[in-house]
Amino acid sequence: MIKINVDMTKCQHYGMCVFEAPDVFKLNEDDKLEYTATAEDSERSNVEAAIDVCPMQAIFIVD
Amino acid sequence: MSKPVVIVGASMGGLRAAEALRRFGYTGAITAIGDETWAPYNRPPLSKEVLAGDSVSHETVAFPMREATADVGWVLGNRVVSADLEHSTVTTQDGEVFEYSHLIIATGLRPKKQVYPNNIHAGRHIIRTLDDAMGLRQALQPGQRVVVLGAGFIGCETAATARKLGCDVTIVAPGSVPMRRPLGDELAGELQRRQEAEGVKFLMKRTVTDLIGESHITAVALDDGSELACDVFIEAIGSLPNTEFLDGNDIDITDGLLCDGNLHAVKLSGGSWSNVWGVGDVVRFPNSRYDNVARRVEHWNIPSECAKYVGSAIATGETAEAFRPLPSFWSDQFDVHILAYGLLAIADSNKLVQGSLDGDCVFEYYREGELVGAAGIGLRSVVMGYRKTFEG
Repeated sequence: MIKINVDMTKCQHYGMCVFEAPDVFKLNEDDKLEYTATAEDSERSNVEAAIDVCPMQAIFIVD
Repeated sequence: MSKPVVIVGASMGGLRAAEALRRFGYTGAITAIGDETWAPYNRPPLSKEVLAGDSVSHETVAFPMREATADVGWVLGNRVVSADLEHSTVTTQDGEVFEYSHLIIATGLRPKKQVYPNNIHAGRHIIRTLDDAMGLRQALQPGQRVVVLGAGFIGCETAATARKLGCDVTIVAPGSVPMRRPLGDELAGELQRRQEAEGVKFLMKRTVTDLIGESHITAVALDDGSELACDVFIEAIGSLPNTEFLDGNDIDITDGLLCDGNLHAVKLSGGSWSNVWGVGDVVRFPNSRYDNVARRVEHWNIPSECAKYVGSAIATGETAEAFRPLPSFWSDQFDVHILAYGLLAIADSNKLVQGSLDGDCVFEYYREGELVGAAGIGLRSVVMGYRKTFEG
């Protein structure tokens, strides 16, 4: 399992991460980011891609 | 041992290229050479959140370094001054010569600077590097009179940040409204109104003709003959591609590094260099998504998209599909957050399609009747829908 943390003080809900790891990140009905705090190891490369495209660089994998 | 892939430019494009090489299976040596002393870091916050903080540090903007690229040879604080593409070498300012199997050019841009009759330097700032931001942050003290020359995104973002820090801020620019290209008159005009509501002043259709002061700027002279008191002068009037080190080669660097649809550097004599590649905002490339006109695209996602393409092409030897990225950009100014997909700069018309101009809204951008982009304040799900449409 990997642990995921998003710094919600940085996040501006641009939603770029949703395209890279849709099983982990989504925008809710109010267009605010929601994410799962853990994911399978197989999601690591998707989450890393989400980290890379985040304009605010707000996403972290906590190892 | 085979020669390494050499990446010139150790910013986001260089880092992402190294990562992509590894991800797509290249196992040979990689050398990345950059003129800044800092390991790769994220530039956009330098005009926004980071500049607005109490202090600017590398730690707050550094990109995470991954295990896959731990063995990349980073040569930092060293500028590549020349290249010999015939013999596949580049040379640094220290005189060190690097041979390459493939050369990835990711040298980016530098801000343009004006030359004034009274060309003094104290009190003058640009914003591109971490060192620039550190210097500017110290200068942005409450009550300081800040003049920003240029009303593009970086100028407007920096103005908003300076205002939030308690400075007295005026934007001076020759255009009719800020960010007119790419946003268009209506949305751009609204962003100006929102900036003005926060206390930023605009002197549009004006420019700075000279600096006033002996050792430090005290005012700027404008083209209508007036003077504007100024402690901090920020030049945000666009950028120049860093391509001088390529002078003398069979290559087109008239406005950035001209590349073909596979990001190979184009030869002046015809054809292209199969082992010389362009990455990022230094590159002028055609995008068959729109047409065959080569353009420089200064959006944050372009270096990463180029890097993915080039890393994959070198690692696998495949360039079957042309490079046709979907440009995207965002901007934060006060509590206004803009997100856009597409190539708005080529549009000849636009229209409001959702929401209202004084609240959250979405605009569509057209060229000759064809939808080429969309931008929104808020309404994220709607804007994301355009990305899905454009990516088909």
